[in-house]
Amino acid sequence: MNRILILFAHPRFEKSRVNRALLQEAGRVPGVTLHDLYEHYPDFNVDVAREKALLAAHEVIVWHHPFYMYGAPALLKQWIDLVLEYGWAHGPGGDVLKNKFVFNALTSGGAREAYAADGLHRFSFEEFLTPFRQTAALCHMVDLPPFVVAGTYRLTETDLKTHAALYGDLLARLSRGDFRIETVRRFALLNDWLAEDPEGRRP
Amino acid sequence: MNPAFLQDALIYLATALVFVPVARRLGLGSVLGYLIGGILIGPHFLGLIGGEGKDILHFAEFGVVMMLFLIGLELEPAHLWRMRRLILGTGSFQMGVTTLCFLGAFLLLGFPWQAALASGLALSMSSTAIVLQTLKEKGLDRTQSGRSAFAALLFQDVAVIPILAALPLLALYTAPVPDGASRTFLEGLPGWAQTVALLGTVGLVILGGRFVAVPFLRFIARLRLRELFTVSALFIVVATAYIMGRVGLSPALGTFLAGVVLANSEYRHELESDIEPFKGLLLGLFFIGVGASINFHLIVIRPLEILALVGGAIAIKLLVLCLTGRVARMSFDQTLLFSVSLSQVGEFAFVLFSFMYQLHLLPAEWTDRMMGVTAISMTVTPLLLLVSERLILPRFGTRETEEKATDAVDLRPPVIIAGFGPFGSTVGRFLRANGVQATILDTDSDRVDLLRKMGFTVFYGDATRLDILQAAGADRARILIAAIGSPDINQDLVEKVQQRFPHLTLMVRAQGRPDAYTLMDMGIRNIYRESLDTSVRLGIDALVKLGFRRYSATRAGQNFLKYDEAAMHRLAPHRHDESAYIFTTREQVELQERLLAHDREANPALNDHAWDSEARVDRPPDAETGP
Repeated sequence: MNRILILFAHPRFEKSRVNRALLQEAGRVPGVTLHDLYEHYPDFNVDVAREKALLAAHEVIVWHHPFYMYGAPALLKQWIDLVLEYGWAHGPGGDVLKNKFVFNALTSGGAREAYAADGLHRFSFEEFLTPFRQTAALCHMVDLPPFVVAGTYRLTETDLKTHAALYGDLLARLSRGDFRIETVRRFALLNDWLAEDPEGRRP
Repeated sequence: MNPAFLQDALIYLATALVFVPVARRLGLGSVLGYLIGGILIGPHFLGLIGGEGKDILHFAEFGVVMMLFLIGLELEPAHLWRMRRLILGTGSFQMGVTTLCFLGAFLLLGFPWQAALASGLALSMSSTAIVLQTLKEKGLDRTQSGRSAFAALLFQDVAVIPILAALPLLALYTAPVPDGASRTFLEGLPGWAQTVALLGTVGLVILGGRFVAVPFLRFIARLRLRELFTVSALFIVVATAYIMGRVGLSPALGTFLAGVVLANSEYRHELESDIEPFKGLLLGLFFIGVGASINFHLIVIRPLEILALVGGAIAIKLLVLCLTGRVARMSFDQTLLFSVSLSQVGEFAFVLFSFMYQLHLLPAEWTDRMMGVTAISMTVTPLLLLVSERLILPRFGTRETEEKATDAVDLRPPVIIAGFGPFGSTVGRFLRANGVQATILDTDSDRVDLLRKMGFTVFYGDATRLDILQAAGADRARILIAAIGSPDINQDLVEKVQQRFPHLTLMVRAQGRPDAYTLMDMGIRNIYRESLDTSVRLGIDALVKLGFRRYSATRAGQNFLKYDEAAMHRLAPHRHDESAYIFTTREQVELQERLLAHDREANPALNDHAWDSEARVDRPPDAETGP
């Protein structure tokens, strides 16, 4: 079984119904560790030793955050800068994260259609996430496509439930190891992969 | 050793052990415990001690002397100077008017004017020992009434000296000189020489304190023999008292002066912690002596007369004190507290009355009555305070709770803040700024009035009283913030809350490490040392002023806080032994030493290599901009 570490970064979690629903569902999946970064490090003073230990103890890492100005909230960047140390995560001898899976789970106010060459935002989610993908590569990790809940302002309660359930399914499958990496990487978003291949292998 | 001595010691110690805890438990204060204990073991009830109550008084009066030394130690000259108006104003008004009233009353009783004046002066004294002890125990020593009471007492203590000097002038007959032992050096000298000698002695105490005692203490401290330091401290007190006594000045004044002189020295805290236990012991003995020396025989024969005298004396004193309070523009509560706490006749009256008797100013039967009145009034004070606190103030003064409009009944603040001094008020304001209402408990009626005007829910009273806690909604609230300035009272509160309201989350202010350790032993998890965060913030700013980048300094500060909290837990088991009741100064110094050593081993600042590409040993060629 793959243990999953959700590094959740949201400076206003109490106002986010979408993330509340997603995390509620995620918490039900066995083998998932929820780590609320803003709750732990309100002073941005990330405890590097502790974070390294957490990373080492999990096989799947999720950067779960709202999509702010085409990136992650500041604390997640702070976390990346501090924890993924030279000589530990990358550089000579830096192989602790080797072959761990990593992906972004993000919520965005804008709809998916707007994230396209002819849309308002001009670039796709995958393009905006380039720094994360390369960071993963630098640290010898296997980066997966992002899981995206887009257009959050217009989501109905039913939509919320669907997305949350989808997130739960995703985490459960990753935890079971019920996926082929080549297949998954063919999709732009993990959402697409789940839609294409909804059944998965029964445990 | 003389078995009779041991037996006596046993009786006194057992009395203290039995009655003081009971009195504390009942909320009566330790003074009343001693007094009641003294009455019961005295010649009129159990008869465990005979007529020697007066002898004990003479011996135990030294406790008062020590207390004045300690008071002096806490008063730096500059501080005393700042209080001069309060001391002179409050003190002279109270003493002057009280003396005049008593003078009139005794003239009506047919006293010759000399005796009436002398008795009036003696009765205008209040008891420093009782009042200061009581105010401190109740945590009221910082309120306006507490400070005024202190000022009045200080004035009286100083006034004893000229009064003692003036009494012989009032004497109807020339006083027979007592035996050689108490004969002073100065007798026989001409008047001007006496004055010069007196001034010289005072000067000697001041100069001796500054230029002899301090170097002497420094020398003793270097020997690192703890008991020798205690011996020196006692020596200073006893020597000062002796010298002053020999030239006919009050030993209490002398030691007070010595205390003030030494207040600026680096040994102030050590002297304090050395003398404190002796003072406590002797004062306890003194109160027992007061209790034992009450002449119940007299009361039994003339109950009404004594009752009238006590009542009259207290009434006159109360009235004048109320007037004093009004003149000083105190609020009703503060005035009442001030008046009731000072309404007894003080221990110096014993000295004055026995002196008057020696001078034949007062006949024996009146001396006995006056002594009785003094002792009874001292015994009654704690009871009067209790009555005013529980019965009068709640009804007529600042109310314990406010009557609220019915629609406000449902408003149940989740937070209770006990103690609304600078610390608690900052917490309260912060919570309020974030829309969280808190119920406030405070003992300073002036502050309570102000807060109520500002719309806070305030309960007025001793937070360690269960009924007040109950009324403040301790059974419904979620968090209790114990922010009382006195660690003792705060711990008392914490203990009670743990017992009676275990569901409350306790968040506790701690003064420093020793205090924090005690709280840790009590099982408190949320401990906030009042000196920690601010000091670190200042340190950060200091680093910035030295040229550090603000963010690096801030990170260093954050890490230091984390490290310090961890170090506190790590060092906790090493300290003292488990049941540290008293952290002496020396232990604090040792603790500091251990901390500094620990800092050196685990330098919390040296492990921060974040963003530090310079720290890479084998930098790749593109490291300048690289990840």
